[in-house]
Amino acid sequence: MFRTANIREIIRCFRLKTVSGTTVTTTLQPNKSFCSCKSKDSTKKPLDFSELKFVSKVPSSPHVSPINLVKVDRIKIDEDTIQLLERLSLVNLDSKEAINTLEDSIEFASKILHIDTTNVEPLYTVLEYQNLYLRKDIVNEGNCSEAILSNAKVTEEGYFVAPPGNIPFQQTESIEKRKENRDD
Amino acid sequence: MYMKLIQRIVNFRLYRNFATVISAPKKSKWDSVVGLEIHAQIASNSKLFSGAAINFGAPPNVCVSDFDAALPGTLPVLNEQCVTSGIQVALALACTIHEVSMFDRKHYFYADLPAGYQITQQRAPLASNGKLGFYVDVPGAKKPYQKASKLHQLQLEQDSGKSLHDPYEKRSLIDLNRAGVPLMELVFEPDLTNGEEAAALVKELILILLALDACSCRMDKGALRVDANISINKPGEPLGVRTEVKNIGSVRGVANAVDYEIKRQIDIKERGGQIQNETRSWDAITNKTVAMRDKEVLQDYRFMPEPNLPPLRLNVADDQTSALINVERLRKTLPELPEQLRNNLVTQYALRLETAIILVNQSGLLQIFIKALEKHPSIPPMKVANFLINHKISDANLVDLIAMLNNGTINYYLSTLLLQEMFDNPSENPKDIAHKKDLLQIMDPVAVEAICKDVLGKNGDIVRKSDVKLSAPIFTHFNSMAVTKLGSTTAVLVKKFSPGNASR
Repeated sequence: MFRTANIREIIRCFRLKTVSGTTVTTTLQPNKSFCSCKSKDSTKKPLDFSELKFVSKVPSSPHVSPINLVKVDRIKIDEDTIQLLERLSLVNLDSKEAINTLEDSIEFASKILHIDTTNVEPLYTVLEYQNLYLRKDIVNEGNCSEAILSNAKVTEEGYFVAPPGNIPFQQTESIEKRKENRDD
Repeated sequence: MYMKLIQRIVNFRLYRNFATVISAPKKSKWDSVVGLEIHAQIASNSKLFSGAAINFGAPPNVCVSDFDAALPGTLPVLNEQCVTSGIQVALALACTIHEVSMFDRKHYFYADLPAGYQITQQRAPLASNGKLGFYVDVPGAKKPYQKASKLHQLQLEQDSGKSLHDPYEKRSLIDLNRAGVPLMELVFEPDLTNGEEAAALVKELILILLALDACSCRMDKGALRVDANISINKPGEPLGVRTEVKNIGSVRGVANAVDYEIKRQIDIKERGGQIQNETRSWDAITNKTVAMRDKEVLQDYRFMPEPNLPPLRLNVADDQTSALINVERLRKTLPELPEQLRNNLVTQYALRLETAIILVNQSGLLQIFIKALEKHPSIPPMKVANFLINHKISDANLVDLIAMLNNGTINYYLSTLLLQEMFDNPSENPKDIAHKKDLLQIMDPVAVEAICKDVLGKNGDIVRKSDVKLSAPIFTHFNSMAVTKLGSTTAVLVKKFSPGNASR
């Protein structure tokens, strides 16, 4: 049902999300997209926050978190790790851009590593003080195989059709060739 | 000379019968270490996190909700019944039940796992630190011995879907009916030493799960799955490299698979080889474990907390005002467990412990025992129990008998004779009895023909009198003579000699 290509697509989207995560922080120091917005709306009067009925929780001026000021060394990932990551995520990291994005993400995440968390209980969910809601053991879903199967491109006699077994991620090109490609 | 031969045959029989015992490394230079991981499908109406039904025989993808198909935007909602069942089993296994437990995501890519992860409990399971005591009944030994295995943890988790591999079309067909079915995984410490002990643990667990109505325990339907971790080491040395055997489909299979794997590892070590840390699959037809090619070498499951499920909290302090599941109330309403049942039988009816073990362990016996004593309280309970035990044919032996009937090793007439013999020797396998008592059907047409010719030759006058046509009564006469010749028990009819064909 989920062809590898589809999964790759999903992960690519996910990766874009992380990339946008990076840009969010950079928007705090006004960047291009911010500027273009301003130039578009330059004819309009800027919003006066003091006139608002309810005070917004959104800060009126860009706030720079001290975390963003932390300088971390950019981590170089070796070829073995890249291959492992490719296998685990079914993502092909074959371009220079892809590696760059990956290293960007690691750099972004590394900024919190210096924070001292001794004796601090990890927070797994913001709902951790809520009790888990339990459902009664009643059948009230299902019986909709047609609708479920309509999500798939290929089906057969009520089954989803998928590639055979567990196809390991194949590294077709040699490491040297991939390096060349990247350096181009 | 003959005596020696017979002795050898008997020894061979014994060896074959009790192979699992002999291969158990009692006198071996090697210690074997066995730990079990058991997945039991929780007997609930709906799935662990969705309201889709659980129906083993349903057409593909019918018992699937949007959540089970991992459609974006759907969220898991935990089934209360599954939590209750999990707590009951944990209580029966003397576990510490945790006030707070949490769920995690275990990631891997497989077509029958649409979300790309399984929701399980890795860091903070429902319960941990339990113990399961059981009796190991070694065939041949007089008394069963007691054994216990510690339970590392009990966790709730989702099952995956099912893949049907089609190697010709190079594709897999995916059925998500099983995706999201509730499982409880019981991880036992490596406290066992051989296959018989492993099988005895599984048997006792099945009795407990059935008593609690927690699982159907149908191993043939995959409702109870046993994985065995096995390693060997020299006494006093650290544990060896372990292998994991999956795909064991019956209690007998557990004993056979574990003993086979121990023997295989010893063979490798004795020959100076190295044990590979790998997952192997049990093949019940060839009685061998084979390396699984499907699994990747080393998996990184990238466990992470499940962000969509807040922690599961339980009322462990018997707080009457709490709306959470009350663990103490469940403890008080626990039904009679097999261990108590056996002890009660011993004290109430003055039965021997061995007798009580068989009564409780063999399905159906206890009910007959109690019914018999209700109706006729004057009969000494020991007598009822002994009769039931000695006249009970095990399911496995009965199945073997039917199989023999089906493949022509015996015929219908012989099967009734064999059945009587089986009543007299309930512990023996029908195949062995048939060999011993000469109750096998003669399958060699040459041998049958020789006997028939012999009978006809000795009765030349009758043959001549009957002229060309061999009438039915005369045929019956010859047939019975042939039968007499063959020995009173072996009735043989070969088509070639039936009236129609034997007209000359």
